[in-house]
Amino acid sequence: MGNESEIEIPVLTTTVEKMVQWARRSAIWPVTFGLACCAIEMMAMAASRYDVARFGAEVFRGSPRQADLMIVAGRLSRKMAPALRRIYDQMPEPKWVISMGACASIGGVFDNYAIVQGVDQVVPVDVFVPGCPPRPESLIYGIVQLQQKIARTKI
Amino acid sequence: MNSAAVIETLGRIVPGASFEIGTSIDFPTIYVPPDRLVETCTALRDTADLRFDFLVEVTAVDYLPRDPRYEVVYHLVSTSNRLRLRLKVRVPDGGAVPTVMSVWPAAGWPEREVWDMFGISIDGHPDLRRLLMPEDWEGHPLRKDYPVQIRQPPKIYEPLQISEEEFRTNLERDRMARLEH
Repeated sequence: MGNESEIEIPVLTTTVEKMVQWARRSAIWPVTFGLACCAIEMMAMAASRYDVARFGAEVFRGSPRQADLMIVAGRLSRKMAPALRRIYDQMPEPKWVISMGACASIGGVFDNYAIVQGVDQVVPVDVFVPGCPPRPESLIYGIVQLQQKIARTKI
Repeated sequence: MNSAAVIETLGRIVPGASFEIGTSIDFPTIYVPPDRLVETCTALRDTADLRFDFLVEVTAVDYLPRDPRYEVVYHLVSTSNRLRLRLKVRVPDGGAVPTVMSVWPAAGWPEREVWDMFGISIDGHPDLRRLLMPEDWEGHPLRKDYPVQIRQPPKIYEPLQISEEEFRTNLERDRMARLEH
C-alpha cells in the first residue's frame, strides 16, 4: 500500500465543446407524442427488436419538461397544431424535432383543409424521415442523422 | 315491415302528417315533414309494434343544385322488434330542423356534428357548438361548395400567459363549483 503515488491515473483530454456535444447526442430523450400510424413504427423502434436504446434514445418521457426530442409521428390536424406547438414550447432547450413520415412532412395523402401541410409550418424541424410509414430502421437512421447534426453544432 | 307498413302505422298515430316513401336498397326509408319530426319520433319510439328505442346515427347530405338543398338523415333500430328505419327530413339552405334530444338524448353529439359539418341549425339544441372542427373555424367543410384545400397557415396560439395568482383563483373557483354539486 505504500506505492499509491506510483499508480498511473488514466487521463483523456478533450474540449468542453466536444464533451457537451457527446453528452447531448448520446441521450436524446424523445417526448411520448404519437399522432397516427407512424407512432406504431415509433413504438416498434423503441421495443426490443429494433432497440433504439443502442443509440441512447429509448427513454420516452411522459412530460415535455424532461424531453430533448419531439418525433412528430403522423398527420397533424389543424385543430391539433396549437397543442403540438404548446408541447414544443414546454420542452427545455436544447431541443430537436424529427418530422416522421410523409404526412408530418408534407401532408401526405391528406391534401385537404383539415391537415397541416408540413409540420415545419408549426415547429422548426431538424430531420425529415420519408416513408409511409417509415420503417423503424429509417427512423433510427433519422436519429443517427440528428446525432451527427448535434455533433456538428457549435456551443 | 316495409316503408308502406311503417307509414300506415304512423298515419294512425300522427294524423295529418304527410309521409313519403323514399327509395332505398336496404331498409325502409320515409320522408318526414320537419314540423312533425319530434312528434313522429316520439310515436316511433313509444308505439308497441315499432318501439324504435335506439338512434344509430344522425347525418346529412348536401344535394347542391337541388332545392331544398339538404336532407338530414336519421337511422333508427328497434332492438325488441328487430327493425331498422331511415328517416329523412328535407331542409332548405339556411334552414333548421328541431332537435330530437327529447326523444333520444344520444342525438346531442351527432346533431352537433351536423351543425359543424353542414351548417344546418338544430332548433332547441341546448349546446350547439362545433364538435369536430376548432371552435373558431370558418365555414362548414362537408358542404359541396366548400373547397378541399384551403391553403392557409395553421393557427398557432401564443403560449398560455397566466399569473400564479390567476391560476390559484381559477383552481379555487373550479373546486368551489364542484363542491356545490
